[in-house]
Amino acid sequence: MKYLDEYRDERVARRLAEEIACVATKHWVLMEICGGQTHTIMRYGLDELLPAKVELVHGPGCPVCVTPLETIDQAVALALRQNVILVSYGDMLRVPGSNSDLLRAKAQGADVRMAYSPIEAVKIAKSNPDRDVVFLAIGFETTAPANAMLAWEAKREGLKNLSLLVSHVLVPPAIRALLTLPENRVQGFIAPGHVCTVMGYQEYEDLVRDFHVPIVVGGFEPIDLLQSVLMLVSQLERGESRVENQYVRSVSHQGNPAAQRILQEVFEVADQKWRGVGAIPSSGLRLRDEYAAYDAERIFNLELLSAEEPGECISSQILRGLKKPTDCPAFASRCTPENPLGAPMVSAEGACAAYYRYRRHSVAG
Amino acid sequence: MCLAIPGKVLDANEQNGLRIARVQFGGIVRPVRLDFVPEAAVGDYVIVHVGFAISKVDEAEATRTFELLRELGTLEDEFSTDSQEPPASGGNLQ
Repeated sequence: MKYLDEYRDERVARRLAEEIACVATKHWVLMEICGGQTHTIMRYGLDELLPAKVELVHGPGCPVCVTPLETIDQAVALALRQNVILVSYGDMLRVPGSNSDLLRAKAQGADVRMAYSPIEAVKIAKSNPDRDVVFLAIGFETTAPANAMLAWEAKREGLKNLSLLVSHVLVPPAIRALLTLPENRVQGFIAPGHVCTVMGYQEYEDLVRDFHVPIVVGGFEPIDLLQSVLMLVSQLERGESRVENQYVRSVSHQGNPAAQRILQEVFEVADQKWRGVGAIPSSGLRLRDEYAAYDAERIFNLELLSAEEPGECISSQILRGLKKPTDCPAFASRCTPENPLGAPMVSAEGACAAYYRYRRHSVAG
Repeated sequence: MCLAIPGKVLDANEQNGLRIARVQFGGIVRPVRLDFVPEAAVGDYVIVHVGFAISKVDEAEATRTFELLRELGTLEDEFSTDSQEPPASGGNLQ
């Protein structure tokens, strides 16, 4: 496929890896933020192509993984209500809450439906006028405009039986939180190309100014990621810190103004809890008061539950780049995609699931 | 759910005041909303996420970047003609 295959060319990949090996004289720790990028790195073994001096750690950029346990519990509780149809992106169904998940709720008789696009919820609401349709609206800035369109259309069409359970996260405040950790090891970041497609990269320039850490906006194919690593290592070796854009075929400095407009119209910035990371100020989105009638949390008076993670799961350290999935004693034994202890093992873009799928055999022995 | 992939706009129509395209991804064709990329035209490549186009692929930038990368790959061939190593496969990463 055009714009995919050419970015998987093995010869170019090997040449880029050699170039990185030539440029790197010191040990550098780099983090890719996005789970989609983690998946590509593991799938193509890019970390193994790189010289030992260049270490990749994996960031908190899987929205499925960082959706708070409490939100999953609320979604499960809603789904189990008699009159509710709970609509969600497919990867959310198996994410473990405190005691259950949406798939198990479905097995108990709850009406849980999977959607490829949030807009499908409009159709479901129209064909079920006597039922309450709730869309579990999660995601990063990439997904926020699409979820915002759902609220906007529900309002435009005057739908009374459609609402959103919102758990949105924003990338720049999370990078800021990671950089202020005393134990932070990360010296350069690959910023998520699709988040920046929507938002542009001005906010990342603020991070570079405040923390003097290089950031490269990167794409999602092997060549994109290797080129991003080369750009980061070159900056680090020269003692520079700038924002560079590797993913120029999709990302512009200002981002997508039409997508930003709808996002601003429907959502406002709010404090947000990240599963495995904790609360980060101003790192999430909530529906504006004008959209209160479409806010499931307000309509259904959902309890603010407080929940604890299973003790053995080390996802909090994995999502901050302090440990790797294979450092976890439960990895691939007590924690597998079939029986996940924590969210990074559930989503295909979670770091633990990516290691399990592509790397478990090399660590099994 | 965070995936966004490039596809080719086959056609675009107005439906209920909304612009919806048919977009081809390899062998699959899906409806895609063009709310955020109103300038997308037939034949353009758009990057699609959860049923919405979020950008139009900048063909000039894509070509320019790729030519630079391609040069990297070719350069290696020119320098490695004396080496005993087998020739690079020229294939894609699997």
